[in-house]
Amino acid sequence: MSPTTEDILLLAFGSFGILIAMTFVGEVLRAREEPGFNNPVLDTYMTRVQSWWGMVAFVGAALLLGKPGIMTLFAFASFAALREFLTLTAKAQADHLSLALAFFAVLPLQYIFVGLGWDGLYAIFIPVYAFLLLPIVSALRGNSNRFLMRVAETQWALMIAIFCVSHVPALMNLDIAGYGDRSLLLVAFLVMVVQLGDLLEYFFGRRIGKNCIAHELSPKTWEGVACGVVSAMLIGGLLSWITPFGVFGAMAMAGVASLVGMFGSLVVSAIKRDRGVKDWSHLIPGQGGFVDQLDSVIFAAPIFYHLTKYFYA
Amino acid sequence: MKFLRQFAARIVGQSIRIFARAITAVRADWKGIEPVPRQRVYFANHTSNADMPMIWSVLPPAMRRTVRPVAAADYWLKNKLRAFVGPEVFNCVLVDRRPEVKDKPMDKIIAALDEGSSLIIFPEGNRNMTDDPLLPFKAGLYNMGVARPEVDLVPTWVANLTAIMPKGEIIPLPLICTVTFGEPIHVKDGESKDDFLKRASDALVALAPEDRT
Repeated sequence: MSPTTEDILLLAFGSFGILIAMTFVGEVLRAREEPGFNNPVLDTYMTRVQSWWGMVAFVGAALLLGKPGIMTLFAFASFAALREFLTLTAKAQADHLSLALAFFAVLPLQYIFVGLGWDGLYAIFIPVYAFLLLPIVSALRGNSNRFLMRVAETQWALMIAIFCVSHVPALMNLDIAGYGDRSLLLVAFLVMVVQLGDLLEYFFGRRIGKNCIAHELSPKTWEGVACGVVSAMLIGGLLSWITPFGVFGAMAMAGVASLVGMFGSLVVSAIKRDRGVKDWSHLIPGQGGFVDQLDSVIFAAPIFYHLTKYFYA
Repeated sequence: MKFLRQFAARIVGQSIRIFARAITAVRADWKGIEPVPRQRVYFANHTSNADMPMIWSVLPPAMRRTVRPVAAADYWLKNKLRAFVGPEVFNCVLVDRRPEVKDKPMDKIIAALDEGSSLIIFPEGNRNMTDDPLLPFKAGLYNMGVARPEVDLVPTWVANLTAIMPKGEIIPLPLICTVTFGEPIHVKDGESKDDFLKRASDALVALAPEDRT
């Protein structure tokens, strides 16, 4: 067994330990309830924990399968996210071909470029080629009604759902001196610090949160975000053994990723509010859609990727 | 041979359901009714040929087995493949809309209801290609409601199919499709045909998601 595989298994067992504890707490609380009484908060909590089990199992299995596993998992997540996003954006029949190209050409090509490790191309493929060529395809059909709105919203969908999501598996392409084949573990590091930071932000926000950041958009508070980011930094420090950053570097990287992720999730809430929906879809029980679950990872991924590349690769 | 055909019909049915789920993540929103096996007539908006398979796909297995879509014979008997899929996979009640034929559509529909089947019908009669949410309803829904007043008439809105597969396009877009079931309605005592059809149509449009884009 290679050291990388050992580390993945260790992380997976650690996560399973946390989940077993969370499931146990939930079951104890449920057993103490009066019969016939349903506590909605507890029900939500239990559904969420169940979804977490699924997610840890999927990400863990993908990590063990190595690069192909991670590529497939995130390509599927991109597809689901793009589907959720484009369901809500402005479009006309004139955009049909360009949207079909987004799903069936741009998305697979981006993941092929990431898989091949062509970092010069996957960094610009969407912002240059897709952003310029897809509006041409739409314009050829000659419908100018709300054209700018249609094009701009489609481009945002591509940016969020394909470009940003694909930067999670792109972390595996980073060539870091003395780190070897372990760049796979950066995926686990990013996902874990951001998601756990979110979870603790939610917890502390509920407990001690007073000052809303933008109460029209989301219940996030400054106190919650501060505690969440500090927790993410501590978790990052604890996980520094899987990174090439060193303890303080890992704390800084975790803090930046978590902070960007939390404000990113605020952006995603603004989009949901504008479109009058609570969740992007219902694919993940208790959590909503893929975009709901991944919003902070989506925003953190490209920035985490470029900072790592700039400072360490 | 009969057994083989039934087996093939089940396989094709499951494939259609899995395909619909994989592409459009199609999902039922049970707003006004529970997903329990009860005799119902689901009346839905009709914008695309995929409407009926979508509703059929989101019904739980026990309900799917007893539901029969009412569909046009001229469409489903056009070739051998359709003649297999329509009557055997979806178990359609095929009706002939030409005025000169002898077996009237309503007789076949009532016969299906009397066998205990639930039905899926599209009361607009044709696919809606206009920008209006619904075309005016045909009288069929009213006649069913009068003939079998105990059956629940459930408004059923299929969202997003016009964007998924607009007329004239070849590639379907994988956008999310939602099938919303509303509260059942019945023909009230002494209610006129036009009043009832207006009320049914309003109940259906009320389920459409707000267009905020």
